[in-house]
Amino acid sequence: MSQALNVERQASLYEKYEAVIGLEVHAQMLTETKIFCGCSTKFGSEPNTQTCPVCIGMPGVLPVLNKKALKFAIKTGLAVNCKISPYSRFARKNYFYPDLPKGYQISQYELPICEKGYIEIVVDGEIKRIGITRIHMEEDAGKNIHEGGGNYSFVDLNRAGIPLMEIVSEPDIRSPKEAAEYMKKLRTILRYLDICDGNMEQGSLRCDANVSIRPVGQKEYGTRAEVKNINSFKFVEKALEYEIKRQIKVVEEDGKVIQETRLWDSNKGATLSMRGKEEAHDYRYFPEPDLVPITADKEWIDGIRTKLPELPDAKRERFVSEYGIPEYDADLLTSEKAIADWYEDAVAAGGQPKAVSNWMMGDLMKMLNEENKPIEECPLSPEQLAGMLKLMDNGTISGKIAKTVFEEMYRTRENADEIVKEKGLIQISDRGEIEKAIDDILAKSQKEVERYNAGDEKLLGFFVGQVMKATKGKANPQVVNDILKKKLK
Amino acid sequence: MIELPVNDIGGDTLKLNELTISELRRLLDNREIKPREVLDDIYGHIDAVEDKVKSYITITKDVAYEMAKDAGQAILDNKASQLTGIPVAVKDNMCTKGILTTCASKILHNFIPPYESTVTARLKEQGYILTGKTNLDEFAMGSSTENSGFHTTRNPWDLERVPGGSSGGSAAAVAAQECIAAIGSDTGGSIRQPASLCGVVGLKPTYGRVSRYGLVAFASSLDQIGPITKNVTDAAIMLNAIAGHDPKDSTSAPIDVPDFAKALGQEIKGLKIGIPKEYFIEGMDEDVEDSVRSAIKKLESLGAIPVEVSLPHTGYAVATYYILATSEASSNLARYDGVKYGFRASGKDLLDMYMNTRSQGFGAEVKRRIMLGTYALSAGYYDAYYKKGQQVRTLIKQDFDNAFKDVDVIVTPTSPGAAFKIGEKTTDPLQMYLSDIFTISVNLAGVPAISIPCGFTKNNLPIGLQIIGKHFDEESILKIAYAYERITEWHLRRPSI
Repeated sequence: MSQALNVERQASLYEKYEAVIGLEVHAQMLTETKIFCGCSTKFGSEPNTQTCPVCIGMPGVLPVLNKKALKFAIKTGLAVNCKISPYSRFARKNYFYPDLPKGYQISQYELPICEKGYIEIVVDGEIKRIGITRIHMEEDAGKNIHEGGGNYSFVDLNRAGIPLMEIVSEPDIRSPKEAAEYMKKLRTILRYLDICDGNMEQGSLRCDANVSIRPVGQKEYGTRAEVKNINSFKFVEKALEYEIKRQIKVVEEDGKVIQETRLWDSNKGATLSMRGKEEAHDYRYFPEPDLVPITADKEWIDGIRTKLPELPDAKRERFVSEYGIPEYDADLLTSEKAIADWYEDAVAAGGQPKAVSNWMMGDLMKMLNEENKPIEECPLSPEQLAGMLKLMDNGTISGKIAKTVFEEMYRTRENADEIVKEKGLIQISDRGEIEKAIDDILAKSQKEVERYNAGDEKLLGFFVGQVMKATKGKANPQVVNDILKKKLK
Repeated sequence: MIELPVNDIGGDTLKLNELTISELRRLLDNREIKPREVLDDIYGHIDAVEDKVKSYITITKDVAYEMAKDAGQAILDNKASQLTGIPVAVKDNMCTKGILTTCASKILHNFIPPYESTVTARLKEQGYILTGKTNLDEFAMGSSTENSGFHTTRNPWDLERVPGGSSGGSAAAVAAQECIAAIGSDTGGSIRQPASLCGVVGLKPTYGRVSRYGLVAFASSLDQIGPITKNVTDAAIMLNAIAGHDPKDSTSAPIDVPDFAKALGQEIKGLKIGIPKEYFIEGMDEDVEDSVRSAIKKLESLGAIPVEVSLPHTGYAVATYYILATSEASSNLARYDGVKYGFRASGKDLLDMYMNTRSQGFGAEVKRRIMLGTYALSAGYYDAYYKKGQQVRTLIKQDFDNAFKDVDVIVTPTSPGAAFKIGEKTTDPLQMYLSDIFTISVNLAGVPAISIPCGFTKNNLPIGLQIIGKHFDEESILKIAYAYERITEWHLRRPSI
């Protein structure tokens, strides 16, 4: 339905307009039980096995708030600099759908638990603050399953009642890139807090976007469209880029953007109109009379605040100042709490901070990525990496040998010193032994020696390589260099 | 503890179904009678009169005799509680595990709950015997049981007349002696008004005193479960059994429950009794006004001090109630969609199925209220209706708070008239709504109130006196009601059917 625009024209148009984006993020909370009943929240069980009269919406049942869900929402609010409302309440959002057993969703409307916060993202080296309008709690709906091909559908209510947080941003986001950074940052924070596993593909983190465009310099917002069903991290940028281009095209062709809800279709790579403003639901929100208002007293909130873990921004700054590693390293190492913990454990075990960082960001990440493993499943312990680094420091192995040792450690889970001993990889630093090897090489390489003496000093590398080859890489490279330079003079 | 009349238990004339809880308690505990003998008389009498009265939707005879066995054993083991072996009828809007619970609605005509309501679970713990599930106005919406999806219950005092509602089945069952006591629910007067019209005692506890878990919701912020009994003592015994915080109901109050029976028999001398001037209105039945005024005189004779009080926002109560209650109901009844349980009509697609199910499954009054409530909550109308209604509700509550600064209880008629004829008000919903004019404010304010018999009309129809108390002060209203009952005989009269 939409033609691709000419690439060049598109690029110039892109600069003429500015996008205004606000994100509504739904995060499933990692509580053991549902938000209003005692049913398990485990993912992937047989349909309707994790249900009870309350989450099925039987006549006469009543919800009781899971205090852990409340605590999680408050924790999140504190982590993103929100004010925690001392008085908050639930509301009913009324609509009919088979996966919504009560005919209403218990959510929050007028008085959400958290308001007015922000998070900071880094885009093109600049720190930008994105406002958080509010965070509220609500229950998830079940799932309709269309299988069997008959004139019917199935309803699975295992998911009905799983606690969700909706985190609503201010329309402060100006580009798909910023949106992606915001999502990443939010996910990192939620994972740091152990509140949400942040898995967009499995639906534990979902994102709807309100998108509008306006000519650069204009103050008023344009008409916005809501884009739903962005169900993967990689689609955040794609869906928004598509939607922004679509709106620019509409405006450039003298059309008007209409207020509507659109669905991102990842197969078509496009957003498609789902319903217009006229068909928008009237949810008839009103205060939930079955739940008493939440009064979160200051002491309790302060208690939660003092128990907050160190958050990514603070940790990154600390890594720079405490370990003296570059900002870039610190940023990567603090992207996941587990990675940061692994790093600190390795440093605590005696690893030199920058060396640990290099090995983690290089070989370790490469090997984990190849196997698609998170750091939690790393076969190597931080202590083992530190142990290997110690062998490098004291000259037992060379950097080159270390690569081999590292791979071996990763494969066998054995300690570096054992591998070095077993495989005889101990570095030769004995000058006599090395000198003998060098003499042999030089005797065999008369032509190269002449060329070197004639000024082709690049050949030094050749000699070093030959010596290393002869010593199976075990010769101490510094000693080799040293002796070679003396002999060749 | 309580002086009981001496019964001629050896005689042929004594029918156990005619006794009260406390009378049966003594006989059962003395092992003079067995629970199954009480049941024999109950079901014998049901067989005789139920065709005329039609109090019940479901009679649970088999279950009852099973329960009677356990109760008999508990008594033999000296493990009897206050309600062990006492036959109690339960309004059919409270979930009873494995037993049909219909709310008198076609939409739940086949609904068998997989769980037990807290109130019936507490009665079970006490060893009660469930006689059956009683009739009501569909989803408790109505004042006459004429809105039942199945049949209309008759007033035992005059079978041409309504028993009141919505707990009409429970009140009629108690009055007709088809059970010893009953459980009802009260959203705008649904315990007190039928109790008044049937000449029995009905108590609506403070909102939050009794768990609502398992009570099929009509209007969640107003609904409250309470007993309907033959006298005040039994009301106190029943309240003792069902009151108290329930972790399954966040709106149930986490506060201590006194022994309500201890309040009975205490002096009422010096207690101040508020008489709200707004409650003695034009067009009120003369017999009702006379009976209530002479009841107040009786209380005065016991040393109580009548004080005129004002509840200035009384005039707005009915309107406020019908906005708030219907708003909540429109949402509470959304779950009856044909998807999960109950009645499902066919339809060519989902929307069609929804619409057919709900238009065929609900009766006219329920549909009327769903529409009213949906309208009141709609975008653009919310502020003018629902929100305004909440504000007026606050004012009505303040009226009571202010009045209770000066008085201990407030006394009013329970209903402006005695039982009306079946069909008399069905064509005029507004007239029907006005029969709850004296009871509705109490639910809006959340305070407790009791209705006790205080006289009869010239046509020999019962009249009820309403005694309203402060929040969580059921003791005062029970105390005054008991004092009045002790010097009158209205509560001893029984209809002949």
